[in-house]
Amino acid sequence: MTAIGSPGVTVAAFRRSRRGRVVWLLVVLLLLGCACVVSVSIGTRDVGWADILAAVRGKTDTMAQAVVAVRMPRTVLAVIAGAALGLAGAVMQGITRNPLADPGILGVNAGAAMAVVIGIAWFGMETLDAFLWTAILGAGLSACFVYAIGSLGRGGATPLKLALAGAATSVASASLTLAIILPRNDIAGGVRSWQIGGVGGASFDAILPCLPFLVVGLIFCLLSARSLNLLALGDDAAAGLGARVAWARGAAAIGAVLLCGATTAICGPIGFVGLVVPHICRLLVGVDYRWILPFSALTGGILLILADVLGRIVARPSEMDVGIVTAFVGAPVFIWIVRQRRVRDL
Amino acid sequence: MTGQTPNTGTIAALRMTRLRTRLQLVLIMIGLLAAGIGLTLMTGPSMTTPIDLLRILVGHDVPGASFAVLELRLPRATMSILTGMSFGLGGVIFQTLLRNPLASPDIIGISAGASAAAVFAIVVLGWSGAAVSITAVAAGLTVALLIYLLAWRDGVSGARLILVGIGLSAMLDSMIAYVLLRAPAWKMQDALRWLTGSVNGATLEEALPVLLSLAAFGGLLLARRDKLEAMRLGDDTAAALGVPLASAKVLAVMSAVGLIAVATAVSGPVAFVAFLSGPIAKYIAGPGRSPLIRAALVGALLMLSGDFAGQHLLIGRYPVGVVTGALGAPYLIFLIIWSNRTERKL
Repeated sequence: MTAIGSPGVTVAAFRRSRRGRVVWLLVVLLLLGCACVVSVSIGTRDVGWADILAAVRGKTDTMAQAVVAVRMPRTVLAVIAGAALGLAGAVMQGITRNPLADPGILGVNAGAAMAVVIGIAWFGMETLDAFLWTAILGAGLSACFVYAIGSLGRGGATPLKLALAGAATSVASASLTLAIILPRNDIAGGVRSWQIGGVGGASFDAILPCLPFLVVGLIFCLLSARSLNLLALGDDAAAGLGARVAWARGAAAIGAVLLCGATTAICGPIGFVGLVVPHICRLLVGVDYRWILPFSALTGGILLILADVLGRIVARPSEMDVGIVTAFVGAPVFIWIVRQRRVRDL
Repeated sequence: MTGQTPNTGTIAALRMTRLRTRLQLVLIMIGLLAAGIGLTLMTGPSMTTPIDLLRILVGHDVPGASFAVLELRLPRATMSILTGMSFGLGGVIFQTLLRNPLASPDIIGISAGASAAAVFAIVVLGWSGAAVSITAVAAGLTVALLIYLLAWRDGVSGARLILVGIGLSAMLDSMIAYVLLRAPAWKMQDALRWLTGSVNGATLEEALPVLLSLAAFGGLLLARRDKLEAMRLGDDTAAALGVPLASAKVLAVMSAVGLIAVATAVSGPVAFVAFLSGPIAKYIAGPGRSPLIRAALVGALLMLSGDFAGQHLLIGRYPVGVVTGALGAPYLIFLIIWSNRTERKL
């Protein structure tokens, strides 16, 4: 009886209540808006409100308006990529029941990047459509590969084994990528853009072709929210409650792979967004995947925009690629999550 | 009672055969190593005949070949062998202590720490020689200590240690990437060394610190290999066998970090040499034998043959780290198949 009044219960109840969730939804949307404004106004050159509004209406008369016009596609790309990676991370954590799952840590992004580089170097691919298909194929193959290694031996796919398999696979694919790029000076973007992800140099023309893939991935992921809730109870319980465990995992995985592959095809490999975001969302709205998934997408967008802005501020007058910033922000969170866990659960 | 005499005789005979097989294997490895050195010294844009090579090595001056052999190929071969032995020995120590074949120093961040410090000292501070080695060792030890402290929570478990290492490794890798991005473009050769490891442009002066560290740390580890063997049986068993656990572990880890860091300071974090040497050596050594010397030999062989393949066998020229890094993927696949067949715990 007395426990009801204690703050812990109230907070948990607030997380679960519809009102609490709607409040957080509004807060997150507001933050996303603010982050977008910050992203178009801050950089090597700071611009004022008047210029931003003029540039949004399509004017590029002054230097400031031109700068905003360049930053707009960049911001849009950061939102889209962040949302895709955040959502993919949440889904992967659900599928593997593993708090450390992330497209970067599990080597999926590195595999996608390698596939694109192979496509360019050996098969002469040039169109963005071809990049997208190849990246998705690479993401899918490396996801299967890492999961196969990670679930070897007794105990199945523990967080430790998955993380080790992912790290080793990332190193191997990064080496192969480098091996393919080195003798070829003509490969788009060179070593840099396929080893470290970034959103600089974005254009609306490059973003448009990947939207269909992202939308399909988004639908797959959001539709699997209910089955992820069931999977969280354990495979046996989920099967007992009527879930088709293998199908549910497969459908959700397809969604996540589509999102990771498409994102990596335009931005290069970006890690840790998918790790951090679902954990923040669990603190905000509890453990129901029907809420975690949309929240992860929104929060992922905010996180990637802020990381991009931070990269522009820290390294003035040049820029730090967003992939570097997310690793610096995300790795401490990774270590924190590891510390929270009991040894038995690793 | 008398029935036991032939029995002990059989066992003795069995032991002799086993000893002979093991000796044979070690001799084969040394033979391969010698052959590798010979090939490395002979092969180049202009081939040197074995007779000329011998004449050069005993001190004759052969016009047109002496320079290539003594100034270019000999330092390269020396460096490959010394760093390979360091990586192999350091790697197997970590894999033994953490009891996981995937937990090698290049996966859990020790190499990344040494590499990040070395790249910072060379590119940003403009240092060279012994100062870089000392910085790398200091950084390697700091990272090892940091991993230990961050993994500490009512004691340290191997699983948490490895995961914290993976997190730190991601952070250090992005730091390396950042320093390299800010370096002038003409330092691309350096950049490659720090991204995957290379022995391009090796000199005998650079090899000296590696030789010294190999003598000091390697000697220390070999002198204490009985204790390491006991520790492979598990902490409790080792303690029961009279091994002072804490001091033995600290000494082993510090020596291994020293080996890895000094080698990394000159050749960069050569991908997967430390990772692959231990398992191969254990396979060759068989159960119950200390794999230290074999791991060092395997490491040297991997480095030497990797560099030879990268320079002469493949289309285009690759640094050694790219070749050894590419070996990682087939090894991981092999691990899946092998572990499925034997149902061994990973």
